[in-house]
Amino acid sequence: MIELLKGGLILAGASFMFVAALGILRLPDLLTRMHATTKAATLGTTLIMLAVALHFAEAAVVARAFAVIIFIMMTAPVAAHVIGRAGYFVGSKLWCGTVKDELRPNYDPLTHELKSGMETVENAQRQPRDTDPD
Amino acid sequence: MSTLILLSLALMSLALCLAFVRLFRGPSLPDRVVALELFSSILVGIIGLVAIATDVPSLVDVAIVMALMAFMAAIGFARFLERGGPRDD
Repeated sequence: MIELLKGGLILAGASFMFVAALGILRLPDLLTRMHATTKAATLGTTLIMLAVALHFAEAAVVARAFAVIIFIMMTAPVAAHVIGRAGYFVGSKLWCGTVKDELRPNYDPLTHELKSGMETVENAQRQPRDTDPD
Repeated sequence: MSTLILLSLALMSLALCLAFVRLFRGPSLPDRVVALELFSSILVGIIGLVAIATDVPSLVDVAIVMALMAFMAAIGFARFLERGGPRDD
Protein backbone atom coordinates (compact mmCIF):
# COMPACT_ATOMS: atom_id res chain seq x y z
CA MET A 1 0.00 0.00 0.00
CA ILE A 2 2.75 2.41 1.00
CA GLU A 3 4.74 1.39 -2.09
CA LEU A 4 1.76 2.20 -4.28
CA LEU A 5 1.21 5.58 -2.61
CA LYS A 6 4.90 6.38 -2.89
CA GLY A 7 4.96 5.49 -6.57
CA GLY A 8 1.94 7.65 -7.22
CA LEU A 9 3.47 10.60 -5.39
CA ILE A 10 6.77 10.28 -7.26
CA LEU A 11 5.10 10.02 -10.64
CA ALA A 12 2.75 12.93 -9.95
CA GLY A 13 5.63 15.10 -8.71
CA ALA A 14 7.76 14.36 -11.75
CA SER A 15 4.85 15.08 -14.09
CA PHE A 16 4.14 18.40 -12.40
CA MET A 17 7.78 19.40 -12.82
CA PHE A 18 7.66 18.40 -16.47
CA VAL A 19 4.52 20.51 -16.93
CA ALA A 20 6.31 23.44 -15.30
CA ALA A 21 9.22 23.08 -17.72
CA LEU A 22 6.82 22.83 -20.64
CA GLY A 23 5.13 25.99 -19.42
CA ILE A 24 8.35 27.96 -19.15
CA LEU A 25 9.22 26.96 -22.69
CA ARG A 26 5.85 27.53 -24.35
CA LEU A 27 4.22 30.50 -22.60
CA PRO A 28 4.60 33.93 -24.18
CA ASP A 29 5.86 36.41 -21.54
CA LEU A 30 7.59 36.72 -18.17
CA LEU A 31 4.50 36.79 -15.95
CA THR A 32 2.79 33.82 -17.58
CA ARG A 33 6.05 31.86 -17.41
CA MET A 34 6.34 32.64 -13.71
CA HIS A 35 2.74 31.55 -13.23
CA ALA A 36 3.64 28.17 -14.71
CA THR A 37 6.92 27.55 -12.90
CA THR A 38 6.18 28.83 -9.40
CA LYS A 39 3.05 26.83 -8.73
CA ALA A 40 3.75 23.64 -10.65
CA ALA A 41 7.35 23.28 -9.51
CA THR A 42 6.40 23.95 -5.87
CA LEU A 43 3.72 21.27 -6.01
CA GLY A 44 6.10 18.84 -7.72
CA THR A 45 8.81 19.31 -5.09
CA THR A 46 6.22 18.97 -2.31
CA LEU A 47 4.91 15.68 -3.68
CA ILE A 48 8.40 14.21 -4.09
CA MET A 49 9.41 15.27 -0.57
CA LEU A 50 6.23 13.60 0.75
CA ALA A 51 7.38 10.45 -1.04
CA VAL A 52 10.80 10.78 0.63
CA ALA A 53 9.11 11.08 4.04
CA LEU A 54 7.00 7.99 3.33
CA HIS A 55 10.02 6.00 2.11
CA PHE A 56 12.29 6.55 5.09
CA ALA A 57 9.60 6.86 7.80
CA GLU A 58 12.07 7.94 10.51
CA ALA A 59 11.42 10.97 12.67
CA ALA A 60 14.62 12.78 11.65
CA VAL A 61 14.14 12.34 7.90
CA VAL A 62 10.42 13.12 8.01
CA ALA A 63 11.16 16.32 9.91
CA ARG A 64 13.74 17.35 7.31
CA ALA A 65 11.42 16.52 4.42
CA PHE A 66 8.67 18.64 5.97
CA ALA A 67 11.22 21.40 6.58
CA VAL A 68 11.98 21.40 2.84
CA ILE A 69 8.25 21.51 2.02
CA ILE A 70 7.50 24.39 4.39
CA PHE A 71 10.59 26.29 3.31
CA ILE A 72 9.73 26.00 -0.39
CA MET A 73 6.09 26.90 0.18
CA MET A 74 7.19 30.02 2.08
CA THR A 75 9.94 31.18 -0.26
CA ALA A 76 8.47 30.45 -3.70
CA PRO A 77 5.78 33.18 -3.56
CA VAL A 78 8.27 35.69 -2.14
CA ALA A 79 10.82 34.97 -4.85
CA ALA A 80 8.14 35.11 -7.56
CA HIS A 81 6.86 38.44 -6.26
CA VAL A 82 10.34 39.93 -6.15
CA ILE A 83 11.29 38.73 -9.62
CA GLY A 84 7.97 39.81 -11.11
CA ARG A 85 8.36 43.26 -9.58
CA ALA A 86 11.92 43.57 -10.87
CA GLY A 87 10.79 42.35 -14.29
CA TYR A 88 8.08 45.00 -14.45
CA PHE A 89 10.52 47.69 -13.37
CA VAL A 90 13.12 46.85 -16.00
CA GLY A 91 10.40 46.99 -18.63
CA SER A 92 9.94 43.39 -19.76
CA LYS A 93 7.26 43.32 -22.42
CA LEU A 94 3.82 41.91 -21.68
CA TRP A 95 2.11 39.48 -24.03
CA CYS A 96 0.21 41.16 -26.89
CA GLY A 97 -2.98 39.43 -25.71
CA THR A 98 -2.82 40.99 -22.24
CA VAL A 99 -6.27 42.35 -21.40
CA LYS A 100 -5.53 44.59 -18.45
CA ASP A 101 -2.45 46.25 -16.92
CA GLU A 102 -3.69 48.25 -13.96
CA LEU A 103 -0.21 49.45 -13.02
CA ARG A 104 0.41 51.18 -16.35
CA PRO A 105 -1.62 54.40 -15.85
CA ASN A 106 -0.61 54.86 -12.20
CA TYR A 107 3.06 53.99 -12.22
CA ASP A 108 5.90 56.22 -13.36
CA PRO A 109 8.81 54.00 -14.46
CA LEU A 110 11.37 56.80 -14.24
CA THR A 111 10.73 57.94 -10.67
CA HIS A 112 9.26 54.64 -9.37
CA GLU A 113 6.30 56.62 -8.07
CA LEU A 114 2.94 54.95 -7.71
CA LYS A 115 -0.22 57.02 -7.67
CA SER A 116 -3.43 55.82 -6.12
CA GLY A 117 -5.71 58.12 -8.09
CA MET A 118 -6.97 59.71 -4.86
CA GLU A 119 -4.44 62.54 -4.56
CA THR A 120 -6.46 65.65 -3.77
CA VAL A 121 -5.44 68.73 -1.80
CA GLU A 122 -8.01 67.80 0.81
CA ASN A 123 -6.52 64.35 1.31
CA ALA A 124 -2.98 65.72 1.52
CA GLN A 125 -3.84 68.25 4.24
CA ARG A 126 -5.96 65.88 6.27
CA GLN A 127 -4.70 65.21 9.82
CA PRO A 128 -5.16 61.76 11.38
CA ARG A 129 -7.80 61.62 14.11
CA ASP A 130 -8.12 59.41 17.19
CA THR A 131 -11.33 57.90 15.87
CA ASP A 132 -9.64 56.62 12.69
CA PRO A 133 -9.28 52.87 12.34
CA ASP A 134 -5.68 51.69 12.08
CA MET B 1 16.30 0.96 -8.74
CA SER B 2 12.75 0.42 -9.82
CA THR B 3 11.43 1.29 -13.24
CA LEU B 4 9.20 3.97 -11.80
CA ILE B 5 12.08 5.95 -10.33
CA LEU B 6 14.02 5.61 -13.58
CA LEU B 7 11.00 6.87 -15.52
CA SER B 8 10.54 9.83 -13.18
CA LEU B 9 14.24 10.68 -13.38
CA ALA B 10 14.02 10.62 -17.18
CA LEU B 11 10.96 12.90 -17.08
CA MET B 12 12.74 15.36 -14.79
CA SER B 13 15.89 15.32 -16.90
CA LEU B 14 13.74 16.20 -19.89
CA ALA B 15 12.26 19.02 -17.81
CA LEU B 16 15.80 20.24 -17.04
CA CYS B 17 16.56 20.26 -20.77
CA LEU B 18 13.43 22.32 -21.52
CA ALA B 19 14.32 24.79 -18.76
CA PHE B 20 17.82 25.02 -20.23
CA VAL B 21 16.39 25.93 -23.62
CA ARG B 22 14.57 28.85 -21.96
CA LEU B 23 17.74 29.79 -20.07
CA PHE B 24 19.61 29.86 -23.36
CA ARG B 25 16.99 31.65 -25.47
CA GLY B 26 15.27 33.78 -22.80
CA PRO B 27 14.80 37.21 -24.35
CA SER B 28 15.45 39.12 -21.10
CA LEU B 29 17.37 38.65 -17.87
CA PRO B 30 14.28 38.12 -15.65
CA ASP B 31 13.26 35.21 -17.90
CA ARG B 32 16.64 33.62 -17.30
CA VAL B 33 16.32 34.13 -13.54
CA VAL B 34 12.95 32.35 -13.62
CA ALA B 35 14.53 29.50 -15.58
CA LEU B 36 17.31 29.23 -12.97
CA GLU B 37 14.72 29.05 -10.21
CA LEU B 38 12.93 26.24 -12.02
CA PHE B 39 16.32 24.53 -12.38
CA SER B 40 16.84 24.48 -8.64
CA SER B 41 13.30 23.28 -7.93
CA ILE B 42 13.77 20.37 -10.32
CA LEU B 43 17.16 19.65 -8.76
CA VAL B 44 15.59 19.44 -5.30
CA GLY B 45 13.18 16.86 -6.72
CA ILE B 46 15.99 14.91 -8.39
CA ILE B 47 18.00 14.86 -5.16
CA GLY B 48 14.92 13.55 -3.31
CA LEU B 49 14.50 10.79 -5.88
CA VAL B 50 18.17 9.83 -5.67
CA ALA B 51 17.83 9.71 -1.87
CA ILE B 52 14.95 7.26 -2.29
CA ALA B 53 16.78 5.18 -4.90
CA THR B 54 20.04 4.87 -2.96
CA ASP B 55 18.53 4.76 0.57
CA VAL B 56 20.80 7.56 1.78
CA PRO B 57 18.76 9.86 4.05
CA SER B 58 21.54 12.47 4.37
CA LEU B 59 20.81 13.57 0.80
CA VAL B 60 17.73 15.36 2.11
CA ASP B 61 20.11 17.84 3.77
CA VAL B 62 21.55 18.55 0.33
CA ALA B 63 18.01 19.28 -0.88
CA ILE B 64 17.52 21.78 1.96
CA VAL B 65 20.73 23.61 1.05
CA MET B 66 19.75 23.61 -2.63
CA ALA B 67 16.36 25.19 -1.90
CA LEU B 68 17.96 27.81 0.35
CA MET B 69 20.59 28.78 -2.22
CA ALA B 70 17.95 29.15 -4.94
CA PHE B 71 15.96 31.58 -2.81
CA MET B 72 19.04 33.66 -2.02
CA ALA B 73 20.03 33.72 -5.70
CA ALA B 74 16.56 34.88 -6.74
CA ILE B 75 16.53 37.69 -4.20
CA GLY B 76 20.05 38.74 -5.17
CA PHE B 77 19.25 38.82 -8.88
CA ALA B 78 16.08 40.81 -8.24
CA ARG B 79 17.99 43.44 -6.21
CA PHE B 80 20.58 43.63 -8.94
CA LEU B 81 17.90 44.07 -11.62
CA GLU B 82 15.94 46.71 -9.72
CA ARG B 83 18.99 48.88 -9.16
CA GLY B 84 19.75 48.91 -12.87
CA GLY B 85 16.63 50.70 -14.13
CA PRO B 86 14.96 50.04 -17.50
CA ARG B 87 17.02 47.84 -19.78
CA ASP B 88 16.63 46.23 -23.15
CA ASP B 89 18.32 42.86 -23.59
